[in-house]
Amino acid sequence: MEYFAKEYDVAVIGAGHAGIEAALASARLGVKTVVFAINLDSIGNMPCNPSIGGTSKGHLVREVDALGGEMGKAADKTQIQTRMLNRGKGPAVHSLRAQIDRREYSKYMKHALELQENLDVKQAEIVDIRKTGEGKWQLRTMLEAVYTAKCVVLATGTFLGGKIYIGEVSFESGPDGMFPAAKLSESLKKLNIPLRRFKTGTPSRVNRRSVDFSVLEKQEGDETDTAFSFETKRPPENKSFCYIAYTNDETKKVILENLDRSPMYSGKIEGIGPRYCPSFEDKIVRFPEKQRHQFFIEPCGLDTEELYLQGMSSSLPEEIQLKFLKTIKGLEKVEVMRTAYAIEYDCVDPLALKPSLEFLDLEGLFGAGQFNGSSGYEEAAAQGLIAGINAALKVKGEEPFILDRASSYIGTLIDDLVTKGCMDPYRMMTSRSEYRLLLRQDNADIRLTPYGYRLGLISEERYGAFLNKLKQIEEEKRRVTQTTVHISGELQNLLVSHGTSPLEKGVKLAELLKRPQLSYADLAPFDSERPDLPPEVFEQVEIELKYEGYIRRQQAQINEMRRLEVKKLPDDIDYNSIEGLRLEAREKLTKIRPHSVGQASRISGVSPSDISVLLIYLNKTGK
Amino acid sequence: MSTIAAISTGQAAGGIGIVRISGENALTVADRIFKSVSGVKLDKMKGYTAAYGKAYFENEEIDEAVALVFRAPKSYTGEDVVEISCHGGLLVTKQLLRAALSSGAVAAQPGEFTKRAFLNGKMDLTSAESVMNIISAKSEQAKAAALNTLDGALYKNISEISNSLKKRAAQMAAWVDYPDDEIEDLSDENLLFSLKSNGEKLKRLISRFDVGQAVIEGVETVIIGRPNVGKSALMNMLTGYEKSIVTSVAGTTRDIVEETVVLGGTVLRLADTAGLHETQDTVEKIGVDRTKQKTGRASLILAVFDFSESLTAEDGEIIRLCEGKNAVAVINKTDLVRKIDADAIKNSFKNVVFISAKQKKGMAELEREIEKVLGTDEFDASAATLMNERQYSCCKLAYEGICEAVRAVQAGMTRDAISVSIDSAIENLDILTGEKATQSVVNEIFSQFCVGK
Repeated sequence: MEYFAKEYDVAVIGAGHAGIEAALASARLGVKTVVFAINLDSIGNMPCNPSIGGTSKGHLVREVDALGGEMGKAADKTQIQTRMLNRGKGPAVHSLRAQIDRREYSKYMKHALELQENLDVKQAEIVDIRKTGEGKWQLRTMLEAVYTAKCVVLATGTFLGGKIYIGEVSFESGPDGMFPAAKLSESLKKLNIPLRRFKTGTPSRVNRRSVDFSVLEKQEGDETDTAFSFETKRPPENKSFCYIAYTNDETKKVILENLDRSPMYSGKIEGIGPRYCPSFEDKIVRFPEKQRHQFFIEPCGLDTEELYLQGMSSSLPEEIQLKFLKTIKGLEKVEVMRTAYAIEYDCVDPLALKPSLEFLDLEGLFGAGQFNGSSGYEEAAAQGLIAGINAALKVKGEEPFILDRASSYIGTLIDDLVTKGCMDPYRMMTSRSEYRLLLRQDNADIRLTPYGYRLGLISEERYGAFLNKLKQIEEEKRRVTQTTVHISGELQNLLVSHGTSPLEKGVKLAELLKRPQLSYADLAPFDSERPDLPPEVFEQVEIELKYEGYIRRQQAQINEMRRLEVKKLPDDIDYNSIEGLRLEAREKLTKIRPHSVGQASRISGVSPSDISVLLIYLNKTGK
Repeated sequence: MSTIAAISTGQAAGGIGIVRISGENALTVADRIFKSVSGVKLDKMKGYTAAYGKAYFENEEIDEAVALVFRAPKSYTGEDVVEISCHGGLLVTKQLLRAALSSGAVAAQPGEFTKRAFLNGKMDLTSAESVMNIISAKSEQAKAAALNTLDGALYKNISEISNSLKKRAAQMAAWVDYPDDEIEDLSDENLLFSLKSNGEKLKRLISRFDVGQAVIEGVETVIIGRPNVGKSALMNMLTGYEKSIVTSVAGTTRDIVEETVVLGGTVLRLADTAGLHETQDTVEKIGVDRTKQKTGRASLILAVFDFSESLTAEDGEIIRLCEGKNAVAVINKTDLVRKIDADAIKNSFKNVVFISAKQKKGMAELEREIEKVLGTDEFDASAATLMNERQYSCCKLAYEGICEAVRAVQAGMTRDAISVSIDSAIENLDILTGEKATQSVVNEIFSQFCVGK
């Protein structure tokens, strides 16, 4: 029989990467929070690749950390191999990625939730959600407990209406053999939430003892000083290896012969899969001219022999999976421990959300992570953090916290989702940001930590250290612009040997640092007064000098963009009553209800003249 | 708000043409393209004052001009405004606009001056409503017009350039976003080659703009010559030519301000033809000053000489006036006995043609010489042509983005910086064709590369 269990300010449904950040942020902002998971052993689970970071995702993790989120710290604690990707391609695209001990990560996160003040952690499947008469949300569990909350964050991941496909076999399931959230979708539909089906997939896990590493290429970690969290002071350690393997003609043959047994190709799956993360059979079909496909064999942890085959996700029948794996050099005797699968799930069309991640039409209800149509642990964490912050702010009666595109990848991610929507699971990419020269992983703290501090997610101590770093950067910049380097034989030799022109007269140190061919380290012998500063200070100074012209131009673009961003569009505008708007613009604006003129200008189908009309309307009505 | 500029006078040739510049940098922009005779900067002038001087485009003198300074909020838009008036003539006015656009102003959107006027409280509610209608009507029109042009050769041409750049951008993006996949980096050589060849294509489009404008909008043409050489006969011959189509535009201050003659592929706008007709019966006495004024605003001069007479001092003046301009020497009256020193003319004019207006001989040659001097002889109407200043300005910005990327590659900058310049080129081309830039690069990545885990 139904019973009333407890009252909360914020309830978070799901304790994956989005739910964790949402629950922690909300509780840390001082409101009474509860987080529900179908199985508490699934907290912070990595049902797909055992790694965190990567291009632009590494940026997201650094940004989450700069705002006071948990993901970076957890990843630093549990990493077993770290690489800084894209070295040599420019600082804007340097990205940190770490292989993670997935059980340790999960344990870390579960414990972090358990220790968090203001937060209760409960194993329960939410089967119903509805609004009470007093405007609160009421959640009912499978075991008939009823909870109320002022705000709810939906972070249901692939659990919501989850269904797994492996060849001709399919069954309702959450990820990694968990129970699915089978009933919640029904109640969401009653709330008129526009649900749709997306799908994703994961490759098989195999036993290390069955792999012949002697014929595979080893991939080692880098020596890097950088960790994900700005608070982690110890550089990452490399404790494990990855390996590179290749498919061949024989593999391709097996795939093509059995394509009709794939649920994707036989039309059983209606969900839309991610373009950036195709199944292996997809790769074969879409790029038939490719002779071989490279993939990675990654460790799942230090105390397990399970290995993850990155790049080999499949929904072919189990026997076919085994057959094609065995065609691969090094995997001839492979023992599969977990079979690859495709999973279809319910998620929302994110155009139904505001930039705060609250539903446009359902006050107090927020969405985050895969539920919003994104994909990836990092994208989920970023949204979870913002949804959690905004849920707590709402409870406190404060204005929502919205990051714009120019501030961060987080802002870009959310703006893309709620303004442009997504036709397939959305993955972050550096090319999605028009301001990527400014949105670097190295300056995430400079960009965002002041916000984190103001919100109350960054401690005084951390903020003090941050301000000190800023001061050091300013002082060092001043020093190099005032220090003159005189001509000497050694200096001229250095310049010539680095492929840059020798000097005609002495110059300021800053002028030399601006040259792309020269680094801080190169110039050390000619800079006797150099102070002893942390490497990240030198890094900032060097990047700011080298990219000065580009940075200035991007800053100018940003200033222009922000003029429209600060012009707010009231929630209750009736676009149909505004004369001069074109029909398409009316429809789109009515659906998306942008919060600012800037957001409106990014909606496809809204033209510059529509924007003019909006501006005039705003002035006319004095809004 | 950015500083905007546009031609504020109509498209027909009138006595003067005005380019209006509005925005917080209006005075700075105007100072870059206008130098007053007194040497006073517009920036230092008070509102409601005027300065006389010269307008420049890339350090070349365009025309004599008068600049009117309005200080915010006492102006049409409520912002700082400079109105530069020059001697009419579309080409001169357009050059002036282009000078403003390359000196920091951006092309005004349809109705933008009025919009700003409203936003700055210079206009009341009722006016505002009609402005909204105008804006939307104008933009529909502009859109339809753009679609028409974009359907054809220009769209194809721009898309080719844009797609080629997108391929490069996508390759660089995939290389960056998928470091573990087997994606090759573009070599500097390949990248430079691609950038430069696309840059060249844009440059060609940009350089064809003036010729294209001559074909599309017509060429401001004047006929000059001392009395009795047969100017009006030439006029009659042009307008009476079987291949020419003549239209008359009614003016407000005069009976006829302009006649348009379509000569082969070229549209000649014969300005001030009223003057020509008028002088027919009265004493022909066109002073040198008046002639000078007329040639100043013309893009094509037809200088008429008399075949049957020796060159006079007045002819000498005419020859000097034509120096450095697009001019064709028309030697009339070949039906009479030659007295003229034709070599002296040939030394001064690249394009010389002998006609007899009386016998209607030499028309085809005249047509050919006019096309040669304007460059319209090589103009391929089916080839891509930029139709208006907006398209021109988008192309120019795209070209600048490419040049910047080339410089960045050559300076050894990393790919992240280069890619931002290429993005800006793509964005400007996509503004021209109406697509969304970043989205299309992302789409390109997935269609081109087999990437992902």
